[in-house]
Amino acid sequence: MTLANSSSNSEAIQKLQPTGWMKYISFSLDHKVIGLQYLVCGFIFYLIGGALAGAIRIELTTPISDFMPRDVYNQVLTLHGTIMIFLWIVPVVNGAFGNYLIPFYVGARDMAFPRLNAVAFWLIPPAGLMLISSYFITGAAESGWTAYPPLSITSPAAGQIIWIISVLLLGGSSIFGGINFIATILKLRQPNLKLMQLPMYCWAMLGTSILVVLSTPVLAGTLILLSFDIVAHTGFFNPSLGGNVIVYQHLFWFYSHPAVYIMVLPAFGLVSEILPVHCRKPLFGYTTMVYSIMAIVILGLVVWAHHMFTSGTPPWMRLFFTIATSFIAVPTGIKFFNWVATLWGGKISLNSAVLFSCGFIINFVLGGITGVALAQVPFDVHVHDTYFVVAHFHYIVYGGSVFVIFSSIYHWYPKFTGRMLNETLGRFHFLLTFIGFNLCFAPQHWLGLNGMPRRVAEYDPNFAFINQISSLGALLMAISTLPFLWNIIWSAFNGGIAGDNPWNALTPEWLTSSPPPIENWEGNAPLVTEPYGYGTINQEDLVEPTPESPSEESSQ
Amino acid sequence: MTTITPINEDSKQESTVIESHADHRMFGLAAFLIADGMTFAGFFAAYLTFRAVNPLPTNAIYELELLLPTINTALLLASSATFHKASKYLKQTKNGLCQRWLMITAVLGVAFLTSQMFEYFTLPFGLTDNIYASTFYALTGFHGLHVSLGTIMIFIVWWQSRNPGGRITIENQFPLEATELYWHFVDGIWVILFVILYLL
Ligand code: HEM
Ligand SMILES: [Cu+2]
Repeated sequence: MTLANSSSNSEAIQKLQPTGWMKYISFSLDHKVIGLQYLVCGFIFYLIGGALAGAIRIELTTPISDFMPRDVYNQVLTLHGTIMIFLWIVPVVNGAFGNYLIPFYVGARDMAFPRLNAVAFWLIPPAGLMLISSYFITGAAESGWTAYPPLSITSPAAGQIIWIISVLLLGGSSIFGGINFIATILKLRQPNLKLMQLPMYCWAMLGTSILVVLSTPVLAGTLILLSFDIVAHTGFFNPSLGGNVIVYQHLFWFYSHPAVYIMVLPAFGLVSEILPVHCRKPLFGYTTMVYSIMAIVILGLVVWAHHMFTSGTPPWMRLFFTIATSFIAVPTGIKFFNWVATLWGGKISLNSAVLFSCGFIINFVLGGITGVALAQVPFDVHVHDTYFVVAHFHYIVYGGSVFVIFSSIYHWYPKFTGRMLNETLGRFHFLLTFIGFNLCFAPQHWLGLNGMPRRVAEYDPNFAFINQISSLGALLMAISTLPFLWNIIWSAFNGGIAGDNPWNALTPEWLTSSPPPIENWEGNAPLVTEPYGYGTINQEDLVEPTPESPSEESSQ
Repeated sequence: MTTITPINEDSKQESTVIESHADHRMFGLAAFLIADGMTFAGFFAAYLTFRAVNPLPTNAIYELELLLPTINTALLLASSATFHKASKYLKQTKNGLCQRWLMITAVLGVAFLTSQMFEYFTLPFGLTDNIYASTFYALTGFHGLHVSLGTIMIFIVWWQSRNPGGRITIENQFPLEATELYWHFVDGIWVILFVILYLL
């Protein structure tokens, strides 16, 4: 009886919903369907972006440009970066898990604006297809994911314009998503649920969404100006017409530094959900975690020029941005120590989810250390635009965010599908990924320190051996995808039945059937005020009185 | 100590209230306008930086006429006031008066757009002359786009608040309130733009 009137959208949702797998290719308004749409769509783009990365690594096994023409190399590099950032990591750590989990965590039956939510998702496939098809039709953009002018103004216009349109659409999608998350977390929260009782992922998504809303529009405006330079021959960023390329860099990094936090803050949140469950311990330092996230959000907005230390930045600016950037290490370090303290002395079950989370912690620390090093001007001027920077950000974006995505898939797959994943395959996947990843990117530090520039297809023959090791690592990473793919497909049909709560977790998404019913809970939404109460209270006491689905829903 | 309790009767009532969407939509719109405002902020920052670091040859600098933009500012400010009046009449269920003031607002918007067009055609520089010219057109054009959209929205809201038959009533004020918030936002941006582009 409460179901019917508790959501004004419920009827609309039910009416619009095709059943079975068809709902995943429909304009569904259900946040769980949309979340999985983001996840699967993102993963397909990940496979494409990964194939492009493979092509890059094949080209780089030899010091000469022999695998593909140079302009194709530039296009492949640009597509790789753009796809991985805008079509894989950003939509998945935000859109996929955010949509699936946030309504559960705030005790709501859907997002604040279900229709806007569906629109935000459906902007992504066309934008992605447009971007990729530009390679076949006009030739893709060639100026890297940063699209620095004057390069982006002088390279072939058609591909660049398509690139701009795609990124604008993806940025729009991201902004719509961000607005929705902020409204859902702040406005749809259960009345008795205090902000400081929310699972950490909510805080991470709140901070991330604030960054999205404040910074993405600046990128949009900048790209619009850039497109004027290309199409209408204005000279905003064209030095030969009196324009100023540095202004582009400032505006671009005003978005794109926060963008790195848009990629990694949600991952922080996800790890904070996964670790306590599998260590049977409360998340260490909840309050400091929250303040750290907010500190990162604020500081993250004022460090962008650390990407521009070699762009003739005046000394006072270098000083300011070095200091501000170094400060970010403080809240980041707090979070790191909190995760370690959460693990410390816990009853850790070393399953695939935990392995990937621990892999994240290790990789992220390495990436953070090189990050702080890069923030120091005297060091940065030597390694800027070398493979050292490539190594740094892959340690964070891949070793950090992508590891967390895998960890999250291992953790929430039982909830998504009602079936368990195969543990042996999962651990094998982790081992291959971890070794492959480090083999691929650790040597790149050395390459960069010794002066190998990034974004090149040809290099000094002295670097050949190390590049081959790196390519070997990339091969391992490619192979590591196979057990994972096999696992998620095979287990969807043959995995063991998961039951509602296979991990004995306390967060609200586990207090309902797997997969959850259309409005998340058959009865009332449970009020979970201690999402991390592990070990402090008797587990059985906690899990039993929860309102569960009366029907044993089995999945197909 | 139990941490997980089924939600009690009171909060169930409240949560039903919460999910009656109107105020969320205003909240969402406000967030969107912050985002939109950041786009303008980016443009303003670009323009100010250009001015600070990219000096133009003196013969390329034009003095902007102030008369027309000042009239434009007055038009927009007045339209914000008239819109406010319209929404006050709606709250008193005087739909006829509400509609009248909405129409006045829309006419002020159209007047602004016309006069802006007039300015465009009389200016001594074109889009690609130099980066000031380009930024000038980019900024005023992007703002003009907002005004055009807002004017269309006002016409729609005007039509919907007719009585009887209109969708907008005292119970359903959201479309009118949303348009009003948007319109005030566009006016506010204009004031900043006027100061930065014309007065500085
Ligand atoms: C611990 C805090 C961090 C610090 C101090 C830091 C510092 C830096 C610095 C100074 C650079 C510029 C290097 C150069 O181009 O010469 C840089 C580049 C980069 N960082 Fe970080 N970083 C940190 C965390 C992150 C995170 C969390 C991410 C992503 C999730 C990230 C992603 C990137 C990317 C993508 C680039 C290269 C951008 C490009 O030029 O294409 N960084 N970082
Ligand atoms: Cu940065």
